[in-house]
Amino acid sequence: MGTPGEGLGRCSHALIRGVPESLASGEGAAAGLPALDLAKAQREHGVLGGKLRQRLGLQLVELPPEESLPLGPLLGDTAVIQGDTALITRPWSPARRPEVDGVRKALQDLGLRIVEMGDENATLDGTDVLFTGREFFVGLSKWTNHRGAEIVADTFRDFAVSTVPVTSSSHLRGLCGMGGPRTVVAGSSEAAQKAVRAMAVLTDHPYASLTLPDDAAADCLFLRPGQPGLPPFLLHRGGGDLPNSQEALQKLSDVTLVPVSCSELEKAGAGLSSLCLVLSTRPHN
Amino acid sequence: MTTEVGSASEVKKESDQLGADATKEKPKEVAENQQNQTTDPEEEKGSQSSPPTESQSSPRRQKKEKDPSESRGISRFIPPWLKKQKSYNLVVAKDGGDKKEPTEPVVEEQVLDKEESLPEEERQAKGDAEETAQRKQQEIKLDVKEEKPLQPVEEGRKEREGEKVKETQEAEVMDEAAKRETKEVQTNELKAEKASLKAPKKSRTAQCKVTLLDGTQYCCDLEKRAKGQVLFDKVCEHLNLLEKDYFGLVFQENPEQKNWLDPAKEIKRQLRNLPWLFSFNVKFYPPDPSQLTEDITRYFLCLQLRQDIASGRLPCSFVTHALLGSYTLQAELGDYDPEEHASHDLSDFQFAPTQTKELEEKVAELHKTHRGLSPAQADSQFLENAKRLSMYGVDLHHAKDSEGVDIKLGVCANGLLIYKDRLRINRFAWPKILKISYKRSNFYIKVRPAELEQFESTIGFKLPNHRAAKRLWKVCVEHHTFYRLVSPEQPPKAKFLTLGSKFRYSGRTQAQTRQASSLIDRPAPHFDRTSSKRVSRSLDGAPIDAVDQSLMKEFPGPAGEVSAQGPGVVSTAVVQDGDGRSDLRSPARAPHMPLIEGKKNSLRVEGDNIYVRHSNLMLEDLDKAQEEILKHQASISELKRNFMESTPEPRPNEWEKRRITPLSLQTQGKRAPESEGPCAGATDAVKSSLETLNVVEEKKQAEVGKDERVIPEEMNGKELSPGRGPGEMRKVEPGLQKDSTSLSSESSGGSESEEDVGEYRPHQRVPEGSIREEQEEDAEEAAEAPGQAPKVADRERAVPAASPGPRAGAGGGPAEAGAQEKVVAPQLPAGRSADPGAAEQDAGEEAEAEPQKLNGEAAHVDTDVLPEIICCSEPPVVKTEMVTISDASQRTEISTKEVPIVQTETKTITYESPQIDGGARGDSGTLLTAQTITSESVSTTTTTHITKTVKGGISETRIEKRIVITGDGDIDHDQALAQAIREAREQHPDMSVTRVVVHKETELEEGDE
Repeated sequence: MGTPGEGLGRCSHALIRGVPESLASGEGAAAGLPALDLAKAQREHGVLGGKLRQRLGLQLVELPPEESLPLGPLLGDTAVIQGDTALITRPWSPARRPEVDGVRKALQDLGLRIVEMGDENATLDGTDVLFTGREFFVGLSKWTNHRGAEIVADTFRDFAVSTVPVTSSSHLRGLCGMGGPRTVVAGSSEAAQKAVRAMAVLTDHPYASLTLPDDAAADCLFLRPGQPGLPPFLLHRGGGDLPNSQEALQKLSDVTLVPVSCSELEKAGAGLSSLCLVLSTRPHN
Repeated sequence: MTTEVGSASEVKKESDQLGADATKEKPKEVAENQQNQTTDPEEEKGSQSSPPTESQSSPRRQKKEKDPSESRGISRFIPPWLKKQKSYNLVVAKDGGDKKEPTEPVVEEQVLDKEESLPEEERQAKGDAEETAQRKQQEIKLDVKEEKPLQPVEEGRKEREGEKVKETQEAEVMDEAAKRETKEVQTNELKAEKASLKAPKKSRTAQCKVTLLDGTQYCCDLEKRAKGQVLFDKVCEHLNLLEKDYFGLVFQENPEQKNWLDPAKEIKRQLRNLPWLFSFNVKFYPPDPSQLTEDITRYFLCLQLRQDIASGRLPCSFVTHALLGSYTLQAELGDYDPEEHASHDLSDFQFAPTQTKELEEKVAELHKTHRGLSPAQADSQFLENAKRLSMYGVDLHHAKDSEGVDIKLGVCANGLLIYKDRLRINRFAWPKILKISYKRSNFYIKVRPAELEQFESTIGFKLPNHRAAKRLWKVCVEHHTFYRLVSPEQPPKAKFLTLGSKFRYSGRTQAQTRQASSLIDRPAPHFDRTSSKRVSRSLDGAPIDAVDQSLMKEFPGPAGEVSAQGPGVVSTAVVQDGDGRSDLRSPARAPHMPLIEGKKNSLRVEGDNIYVRHSNLMLEDLDKAQEEILKHQASISELKRNFMESTPEPRPNEWEKRRITPLSLQTQGKRAPESEGPCAGATDAVKSSLETLNVVEEKKQAEVGKDERVIPEEMNGKELSPGRGPGEMRKVEPGLQKDSTSLSSESSGGSESEEDVGEYRPHQRVPEGSIREEQEEDAEEAAEAPGQAPKVADRERAVPAASPGPRAGAGGGPAEAGAQEKVVAPQLPAGRSADPGAAEQDAGEEAEAEPQKLNGEAAHVDTDVLPEIICCSEPPVVKTEMVTISDASQRTEISTKEVPIVQTETKTITYESPQIDGGARGDSGTLLTAQTITSESVSTTTTTHITKTVKGGISETRIEKRIVITGDGDIDHDQALAQAIREAREQHPDMSVTRVVVHKETELEEGDE
């Protein structure tokens, strides 16, 4: 059975994908994003990998960058993982759909059960999915549609899967995240607050909520590597990126805060939830 | 057709004894006869007029004789499975050695037939000759089927057993089988057994068959007039189950519609003419099974969940299927044993709706890891995992939202969940819900205003039909009461009760049951775990393993006979989907038999359409408010809530606590952290009892699709204000308030009675909505006493109450039934003390539900009886035209005479007191309790409505008693009225008569008879 609330964040491995040069030249520019400092982005990515491996003690699996996939590093959009099951998504952007191939392979090699979307009408970006440990929320954003959410529900049948309208131009995970097994953290934007209220209505479980000044700060990862009983970590955007939210984050007392920076990658739309996939190869132990 | 026959015979039995019943059932009988006889009008009449046993059998005999020959020819068309089933059933009966056993098969048949019969009836109603013919053919087929398989099987059995009984049966069977089918057999047997006793016994008792969770059947004889509780208690006793409040008995009208048998009401009235076939199921899933006191209770819960899982009702992931399956194996087989394991073919078990080899391997693999777990521990682990599934304990109902989008409403311990496809799109926790109501096929919830909002919003959903709406409403009421309240409604003072609280939720709440079970002091009862193998199989229609009869005997239970059937099979068949499940159970049986089913379905669709048409008509009387309500969508965007407050239950209830409990603890199956014990539970409940929840049952009769008599009945909403801000409650949309009664907690019963009534009086006429409303208004005004409770519920009903039993006597039974159309009903409400809040009870049909008002609130107020005054005003005379449409979903009898359009003259005379003071209404206090108690005597229906209100610091209780006298034209209104008033006064000197209404319905034109 899926792990209940306290299973949230249990992980043994992290999966990341290198930053291709095309990120700085191609996609970013094409999307009208500000020019991106490739070296800085790569450096941030490298630091992130290092923290995952050394600070958190995770087995790090790094997929090589592919020039044909400028947004390849944002592999959080390509899969939704819970327990031993990985749902390979069908990203909204057709250009990004090839990204799933490498991720699928890697997850398969790690022993996960792979589930495909298999519906031409469904679109789903992985970062529109928030797993709280007890249930799923799927943001209905410009990237994810109802059908996509339905497939999430079909895949993870043990859990309630609720849909949350996302009113801003961001993914659900760009607005909120989990600060602990029973704590939802959310940005202070109207869209973020709205999403959180919707979630509050939909849930059967009581969550505390923590509001952060910056939406991006809410895109954090609650991780519990290692043995049960060890204190969990919260991988979050550091003071360099989002100084205003640091104080509020200190209120999360039960976790070890691990700040990282990804301000450059953020220009390409990346957040912590999209830059890495975490999983446990032994979800039931 | 078996079904018809069976029911017909029952009816007759009954008619012998109860004149009243006879009256009502006659239509039914007629219908049945019709079917049997292939629509012979003459026959119908004959049967109507002469219910006696002889007449019954004679037609049948004739039929029997000719059927065989015919049937043979047709036999080749009959699907093999059908034949097999029949034969199997018979065999079983014999094995049992019990003479009554044969009945079982009969019942099943009945079920099948019944389904079949519904559509047919409908057709008949339409007067389609062709269809009739078709139907006839079908009948024949059925007969044949039975006959054929019967012989071979029996022979085989015979060799084994030499019982005389069997012989007798067989002989009889041979003779009659072709003809009457199983039912017939049963009858014969009975005759043989108790020749002399037959007459009395026949009429007084009915055989009940209850499919238990392990798939076995429990049979017993019950008084025909026994209440649901009697049967339920018997079953629980048989099961040796003490913590029984989580369970209930289900009967099915059709595959999709399961109804909970109301313990407080007569079984017969609830079933109408359905066969006495039930299944024992979990009604309230304990949020935390570890808090159950006894292992045996957990065991039954496990059995239920295994069914739920195998049927797909409880969706699980692969891993969970495997894990739960492995616990099932551990519980049933014990430790994994490599050698023994080889002998177990896991494909015999059903761990999932669709089971793969991979799953079985995974199950076996996990099974190995459970070494050392006792069966009880394995069950506990099973439950610990199952309870976390998101759909655990969620009772789904199909509906449409205001935009016509298909959704599902899920009722659970925490509230109401809205699903679209598999996605949860909205949720209304009980504390958020102020009122639940239904009106026709619409179901409404009124939601507490969000933080910054001023007004409540009401959200409407469209259910497939009125019954579905009512069923949903009842389930909501029951769930709310069970999980959120400390105790159900307090029964009203005894002196005002004529009969008792028929119309309320009669069970214990979770808090109460926990408390009670904490007192259980007995050694853990011994029970045997049945292998779930066969249970599961039934779902796919795959053959089931041979019946393990020994299982049956292991049940300690006292009463009743258990028939040895394949365990599990039955249960699935009955409970779950209706498609031809029942046959799955025979070992030899082949695939499914969608034949009948399919047919039925198609017919049903037709019925639905009709219904829609009909409902459109009715929609005309929807208040504007209601219409607007429909526009509200259950969309999240509308809900505004703060996250923090969002947690609907600030204090986590047990359910939540459990979830919060660290996994490790939960997993261990230790209760330590979670088990706060009953007390804790109670506390929660108490607190929660402050919630305001109004459950409203609205009745505007339009709904009844079928027969249509729309009984004009309206209820005015009563608002209950719960402990919270008194002011809150008042904000009610006028429209809603008017026709709805809100209950904070309630009883499921009311609805049934309606249905019952409905069934019995297919031919009533009802005035149209508009008229109805007028009446209502009048009534309301009149009824309202100044200074009285702020909210009043008033329900007017133009139709004579038709309560099956009592009624007959009054109504001049036969005439009424036979004529069907002519219902003249004088209603004399007398003795209204207290305020209008009273509802009128009618026997009405489904459309009308008795007004029930119950208050879930714990608050208590002093009770005073406030006398009221009477006055008289002139009665309006109204001519109404009724549209009668038959609804496929409806019951048999209706079919007999459907009258598409009937003109009715309705005369309503209302005498009421002049002091009409509307002023009181808005302000006053808070209505704390409103209850309606109904009792019926031969010719009168008495409704007592007790309303407690708190105004300022003063609380007062009004007791309103409404007496409805119903009869046909022969009745002397004046005399009856005088009598009623006299009696009422004698009974309650303090009370006064406030209003007298004489309602006369005359049929102007009769449809086709």
